[in-house]
Amino acid sequence: MNAPIDHGRDGMGQPALKDAGTGTKVVALPAAAAAVVVLPQATGKPLREKLAPLAKSVLVTVLPPLVTVGLILLFWQIAASGPQSSLPPPSKIWEEAKDLITEPFYWAGSQDIGLGWRILVSLQRVAIGFSLAAVVGVLLGALVGQSVWAMRGLDPVFQVLRTVPPLAWLPLSLAAFRDSQPSAIFVIFITAIWPVIINTAVGIRNIPQDYRNVAQVLRLNQVEFFFKIMVPSAAPYIFTGLRIGVGLSWLAIVAAEMLTGGVGIGFFIWDAWNSSRLSDIIVALVYIGVVGFVLDRLVAFIGAIVTRGTAAQ
Amino acid sequence: MTSAYLKIDHVEKTFQRGAASTNVLKDVSLVIDKGEYVSIIGHSGCGKSTLLNIVAGLTPVSAGAVLLEGKEVNAPGPERAVVFQNHSLLPWLSVYDNVALAVNKVFGGVKSKAERHDWIMHNLDLVQMGHARDKRPGEISGGMKQRVGIARGLAMEPKILLLDEPFGALDALTRAHLQDSIMQIHATLGNTMIMITHDVDEAVLLSDRIVMMTNGPSARIGEVLDVRLERPRKRLDLVSDRTYIAAREAVLKFLYERHRFVEAA
Repeated sequence: MNAPIDHGRDGMGQPALKDAGTGTKVVALPAAAAAVVVLPQATGKPLREKLAPLAKSVLVTVLPPLVTVGLILLFWQIAASGPQSSLPPPSKIWEEAKDLITEPFYWAGSQDIGLGWRILVSLQRVAIGFSLAAVVGVLLGALVGQSVWAMRGLDPVFQVLRTVPPLAWLPLSLAAFRDSQPSAIFVIFITAIWPVIINTAVGIRNIPQDYRNVAQVLRLNQVEFFFKIMVPSAAPYIFTGLRIGVGLSWLAIVAAEMLTGGVGIGFFIWDAWNSSRLSDIIVALVYIGVVGFVLDRLVAFIGAIVTRGTAAQ
Repeated sequence: MTSAYLKIDHVEKTFQRGAASTNVLKDVSLVIDKGEYVSIIGHSGCGKSTLLNIVAGLTPVSAGAVLLEGKEVNAPGPERAVVFQNHSLLPWLSVYDNVALAVNKVFGGVKSKAERHDWIMHNLDLVQMGHARDKRPGEISGGMKQRVGIARGLAMEPKILLLDEPFGALDALTRAHLQDSIMQIHATLGNTMIMITHDVDEAVLLSDRIVMMTNGPSARIGEVLDVRLERPRKRLDLVSDRTYIAAREAVLKFLYERHRFVEAA
């Protein structure tokens, strides 16, 4: 890469080398030649050279999972190809559910819609339930973390309630709301709230005494303390709770939708099972997995931005 | 100057932990004049930080009282700003915002937005940190953090600035720089300052008076030394100054002859 540059500077470079050995000139000239080489190197670096490390790092992260997926598909194809196989092989899934894979957003009537739409409906429920859980969870967590008596009174209750499986709440919420939509949202809420509460409380209990002293010297009131010290200081913990919460929400929504019916990815799976469309189920599972992964990364990403300063103490 | 600006009046502090109680401070009385620079020195564990926290209002007294301009102090407040030992800057705020938090709270109703901005920058410039206004505490050195901590304290325009071992965590060269800065600020603004330290040279260099505490438990004020050195003081000139040497010797003798630290530290 340096070769063309050196050729261009031949007139300056060559004499310097020839004089090397004769005296005072020697000291100055090689130094000048060295400086000349450095500058073009920085600016004239070809794009290919810059992209090479990037491409390499992409390759290193993307290739291994691709190979794994390929191997799984291959193994699956072989294992499920026999005549007595109860599950369809990947090739058969592609044949039967091609439209679901290639066209996530088609719309052919109220019950015949693409998986993308169904996912969006489920995501909407999760968004409402999870947002409620986030707000209420942070407030309750702040209360439990800040007040010893609130902790003594509430913590044991929380510890018991959080072990109740999400679906166990469903009959009760159906009875209370008499409608499937708010019931599903309630199940999301009650599933996601516990990790948010518990992590927020831990985060707030861990606020360094120094920050509390600063707040005291400045005479910050409760509201100022909450927004200016408490939330930013506990943010890493809060986001850990939110991340666990969003994962649990996504686990719960599919199960809840199976039971409540209507539109949504969960009901789609149940419906497909009832009409023995196994290929559709498998495609839906992949959709759910990918969306769950994206949700998790999304919350982690937001957390990383928001807590940029707090972590770097 | 006869009127007591700050009066620490027969202060006692006993910490209660279950059945066990520890008497940390016993009958501590001290009068500090306006504009005075007072250092409190003593071995670790002698309760000097407790005393400072009591003046700050962060720790309640068990008996006695602290009076500032004749009014009793029993809660923390910005008129007794504290520069904490470990700077205590909020890591999620920039240098500017850390000072702004204090300025907006203290002067929110009094100064306009532009005035507050000028005041923040003025204080950052005072500690030579104006150039780093947008940096976060994690991105600047320990000495710079402490400078910002001092700027935050000064920006509250306190009646008394309390410094809790402000340079304890810094290397010797940085510490000397900051000591010079503090001397300059004290000369310019004429603040009343109380500083906790365990560095004898620092105490003699900066203080008008040095309060020497006996070892705890039940620590008292053992001796108060007047440092009769002209200001401005120059580090290099003082090395051979007779008053300086005598003062240094007096403090050292107090700490290492009469009140040696008995426990293994």
